Amino acid sequence: MIDGILDILRFRARFGAQTVAYPEGPARFPDRFRGRPAVDPGLCREGCRACADACPTEAVLDPGRASMRVDLGRCLFCPGCAEACPEGAIRFTRDYRLSSRSREALLVAGDAPLLAEAVAAEVRAVLGRALRLRQVSAAGCNGCEAELNASGNVQFDLSRFGVQFVASPRHADGIVVTGPVSENMRLATLKTWEATPEPRVVIAVGACAISGGVFRDSPVQSNGLPGVPEIPVDLWVPGCPPHPITFMDGVLRLLGRVSGDALRLAPTGIVGPSPGA
Amino acid sequence: MPSRILEAWNGEAVDAAAVPVLPSQDFQQIVADVLTAGGRPSAYFGRPDGEGSVLVTAALADDAQGRLGLLSTRVGASWPSLSAECPSLQAFERELFEQYGVRPEGHPWLKPLRFEPPLVPGVDPWGLRASPQTIPGDYPFFRVEGEEVHEVAVGPVHAGVIEPGHFRFQCHGEHVFSLEIALGYQHRGVEPMLVGGPDRRTVALLESVAGDTVIGHGLAYANAIEALAGCHVPARATVLRGVALELERLANHVGDLGMLAGDVGFLPTASYCGALRADFLNALAEICGNRFGRGLVVPGGVRFDLDGAEAGRLAARVQAAWESVAGAVRLFFGSPSARNRTDGTGVVSRETCLQLGLVGPAARACGVSRDVRRDHATGAFRFIHVPTVTGETGDVFARAWVRYLEAERSAEFVVRELRSLPAGKVRTPFGAPAPGRLVVSLIEGWRGEIAHVAVTDAGGRLARYKIVDPSFHNWMGLAMAMRGEQISDFPLCNKSFNLSYCGHDL
Repeated sequence: MIDGILDILRFRARFGAQTVAYPEGPARFPDRFRGRPAVDPGLCREGCRACADACPTEAVLDPGRASMRVDLGRCLFCPGCAEACPEGAIRFTRDYRLSSRSREALLVAGDAPLLAEAVAAEVRAVLGRALRLRQVSAAGCNGCEAELNASGNVQFDLSRFGVQFVASPRHADGIVVTGPVSENMRLATLKTWEATPEPRVVIAVGACAISGGVFRDSPVQSNGLPGVPEIPVDLWVPGCPPHPITFMDGVLRLLGRVSGDALRLAPTGIVGPSPGA
Repeated sequence: MPSRILEAWNGEAVDAAAVPVLPSQDFQQIVADVLTAGGRPSAYFGRPDGEGSVLVTAALADDAQGRLGLLSTRVGASWPSLSAECPSLQAFERELFEQYGVRPEGHPWLKPLRFEPPLVPGVDPWGLRASPQTIPGDYPFFRVEGEEVHEVAVGPVHAGVIEPGHFRFQCHGEHVFSLEIALGYQHRGVEPMLVGGPDRRTVALLESVAGDTVIGHGLAYANAIEALAGCHVPARATVLRGVALELERLANHVGDLGMLAGDVGFLPTASYCGALRADFLNALAEICGNRFGRGLVVPGGVRFDLDGAEAGRLAARVQAAWESVAGAVRLFFGSPSARNRTDGTGVVSRETCLQLGLVGPAARACGVSRDVRRDHATGAFRFIHVPTVTGETGDVFARAWVRYLEAERSAEFVVRELRSLPAGKVRTPFGAPAPGRLVVSLIEGWRGEIAHVAVTDAGGRLARYKIVDPSFHNWMGLAMAMRGEQISDFPLCNKSFNLSYCGHDL
């Protein structure tokens, strides 16, 4: 048994600490990571709508016009629009900060960061240092669920900020909903929300929970939480699925634990411009 | 296979009209003969025949010959059930009843499958559609009566960050007599959404059938639609697709080995594998920008390429990650207290596995050697073989051990192929699917066989798209694994299968 324990300690020593530098240090993303899209309609060809025609979810609004925007609540962050655009009017930046307190703010144009505001001070006083969340997968495909799970592993370690997923809504300060809310999960989603004591927060994670995502307008789902008007949403976290750091950024800004607009990114040095270049 | 069957290869488009339409008695006789002789139902699905009845098509796999047998029949409102004789059809027959109202007379346990609205009008198999509060799980469960027998209900909302499903246990103390699994909460209506395609949403929809199997389902679709369009994918793209499929397998197997360690309270491996899983997800993100491989596979090839130096650096990263995994997992398998929880727990016998038609690691752990990459090879697996791993005990240990060993083979494959990618393009122009064709496309996803069947109409649009996730076969395997077990071992047994709810519910 002693040998077994020594093996574990030896492995641990070799393996080293795994927790990411974010938020104190830079966030490490692959070169090809697609974060917030930057939109510059000034580059569009007259009457061109190639981006919108390539988009699986009709996330590009007013294509080819000065009012062109991308709805991050619908966007799957696939390469479709950027690949289809002959002029580079839509390109994906590596800015992982995507969360917002309002649904309208997810309609982005230009190249300004999306920074969620903190909840009111009195709510923060109760929840700011220990936020317990109950996750409800309401027909989520296990993409968002997998990334939420990852946010709790030793790498992202969301619990270092007092944020944890708990087993019962009775123990929770809020719910995190993923998926388009299928008809068959509607009742269970409502019951979970009702069972969460107030003050409570509601976080919609992923394109499906925000707009129905790729399942939008399928008759057996609700187009996400906007289709369940009983449940008001406090934080929208776009993505398909959102990266664990995107989710962390949203929650930590909601709690006032992260603020400011400084973006620090580090390269991985694997794919992309060669290291040192 | 009998001569009244049309034979096809995996990924071979055939003339849909050439699939023999037999009298239903003959059809059922042939299906029963093939299944009792060791064949498997890869797909068994209906579509409207335009004349008020339902055209049922079976795609039966002959693994030894690497062939698929296709046959059809027309049925009306009911037909005799084959499930008692061929248990591997039990869910397929329930699905046909739910989707088209074809009642399998004498089905041993006819109950809702996923509470989906019927795919044809005027059908209400369960007589529940009028009620707006219809939810899965609202039906009489199997009950064991007796003094001190009690019932445990779990879900749909579970304790962890997990998809919803309902589990109903009949227990005596800790002892589980039976587990009944009710699914359907995740139903999003994928199949009807695909009809009339392909369109700009199709690839993203298929990638979302199960978000942990983006490459598996994406590739099954790509193979199907490319066969219908007569499109040949460049060699470099097929190898990059193979690399992505194996990275997906690695990420999931390594993550689940960590979760299994967590379920028995062996925290070192749980923590290490949780972090190491990310290395394989991040490898996918290096290639295509998304940790689950979304956006990589497109009809005609792949969207992204790697230059030689990039592929070399990625190979080195995967190699280093695997070496750490091997160390972390050895700690788990070398711990007597962990082995005490996994050995002999949640046994599925070889006989049960064959009867239920289990697939993937769950089958291989029972000593049943079936692997689409070998038996029905497509793409890179036609010319690069990945050894198939089997266990023999059919318990949690065997499922974990098989997954560890096959992940090791996947890591070898990824590292080797990244270092020797074929030259050439990664994408070729993709034309329109041909009209009136049918194709069965199988992929060995990390959970097992993924089967897609695409049928085009006279205009070359998708008239029917059938998806069979490996979980569709394997959920009953989990129910059987729990018989006679302790209820406290359920999380462990569940994770050793780690089945997909949305893959089943569609």
